[in-house]
Amino acid sequence: MKILGKLTILLCGVLLMVFAMEFPNWGDPESPASTHLSPYFIQHTMEDTAVPNIVTSVLADYRGYDTMFETTVILTAGLACFLLLRIERKKIPHRYYRHEPTGVTLRMEGEKYPKNSAVFQRMDANWVPYDFVISRTCRLIIPFIQIFALYVVAHGHHSPGGGFQGGVIMGASVILFAISHNLRTSIKNFSEKTAALFSVTGVFIYAGTGALCLLFGEVFLNYSALAPILGGDRVMARSHGILVVEIGVAVAVTAVMIWIYYNLSSAGKQDEGL
Amino acid sequence: MESIFSLVLAKANYAAYIILMMIGLYAMIAKNNLIKKIVGMSIFQTAVILFYVSIGCKKGATIPILRHHGHPEPVGHAAENAGAHAMDAAHGAEKVVAHAVDAAHNAVHVADYINPLPHVLMLTAIVVGVATLGVALALAIRVYNTYGTLEEDEINQQLRSG
Amino acid sequence: MIWQVELIILILIIICAFAAIKVRDLLSAALLLGAYSFLMCLAWAVMGAVDVAFTEATVGAGVSTVFCVAAVFHTTRRTKD
Repeated sequence: MKILGKLTILLCGVLLMVFAMEFPNWGDPESPASTHLSPYFIQHTMEDTAVPNIVTSVLADYRGYDTMFETTVILTAGLACFLLLRIERKKIPHRYYRHEPTGVTLRMEGEKYPKNSAVFQRMDANWVPYDFVISRTCRLIIPFIQIFALYVVAHGHHSPGGGFQGGVIMGASVILFAISHNLRTSIKNFSEKTAALFSVTGVFIYAGTGALCLLFGEVFLNYSALAPILGGDRVMARSHGILVVEIGVAVAVTAVMIWIYYNLSSAGKQDEGL
Repeated sequence: MESIFSLVLAKANYAAYIILMMIGLYAMIAKNNLIKKIVGMSIFQTAVILFYVSIGCKKGATIPILRHHGHPEPVGHAAENAGAHAMDAAHGAEKVVAHAVDAAHNAVHVADYINPLPHVLMLTAIVVGVATLGVALALAIRVYNTYGTLEEDEINQQLRSG
Repeated sequence: MIWQVELIILILIIICAFAAIKVRDLLSAALLLGAYSFLMCLAWAVMGAVDVAFTEATVGAGVSTVFCVAAVFHTTRRTKD
């Protein structure tokens, strides 16, 4: 198998290498990829959408359908992880609790778990003492990470950024919280139900914006139809429509990243995490 | 010697993409461990993205974010303004020249900006890539919970004997 | 587009990719994949694809490494190849 694999790959590599010699040189401005469609985008972005970042305008406006279905793919991936891993919580044989004043660890059998006790604290099976520095530092920097994520989403028109990046940074802040504290605390603050709801809401915001354009009598995802609601002329309406859509993408991506992390890090039990 | 060097330089990105694709494909075909296969898939994906991004490169161009000052002004308007001022020629030639330069400054030259289209396609591909990576890892965890191993030959053995 | 930087990064990328599939420890493979992603992000930033580089830095080097480590944590670290 290994020999056969190596031979196949060598054959593929040689063939590709031969044909790569026919490609236009690296950085050639006259290459076919740069001469057909992209000049239109570069020249007309400003007058069509008033968005200086061409990537954002092409992503959310000219190729809006593409991005909408990519968002749907991400939602589907989150659902797939959920369906693959999530199992009903069967009766867990034993749990570990820590008696806070004495530091004694207890192994509780059956259903005799202390409920919301002030002195007993639930522990993971492979619990290690919390590092004070790590948990405090993370708690300190997480708000700044989240503000940066919001900035990235909102400033995607003028600088690199947008819904995907901002959403992932926002999701990463919650994942950092789950790593630095524990999974249960994180789920208490941002539950799985919230994650599921947000991921659907994000896709709904995107598709709903498109449908709203239909209601105003223009084609799907033509944001200039929204000028009466969003204010400004038809060009600025497209710019604002891009922002609305990016917010939808960001909400969906945030929720899906957190959801996949919850399922992967606890192998579906959502009980004891990384 | 000089020509070989320039040829290598001109195609270095494509060569790197092909080598990375070979590494990824080899890991996907010949490796026994499922996580290794997933790592190979990730490398393969990134190699294809590298190929697309190097297609969009332009020598002497800048990043695809248009230069603008304050409130965005459509290009057509600027040209009209320049034309209107040009008719007002009594004010002196320098002013006309200044406005013409201004109009030229506002006009967008295609050669100044890197091709944004591959970037857009690949930006979504990366995020979808991490979502598929999550699904693949979830499958690997399920396989491990069922068979107790991640090695493909051992799983096959268990399937045959069971 | 500085070709010297570009060339060095490409060589490092290939070394990282090779190491990621050669190493016999799955946790190391996951972390090497993260390093590979981050170097790839640098290469794209040098090529001028800022948006793609930003996405790769957050997604490829950040979140996907965490996912891989989580999966390795719940399966096994050892492998034969």
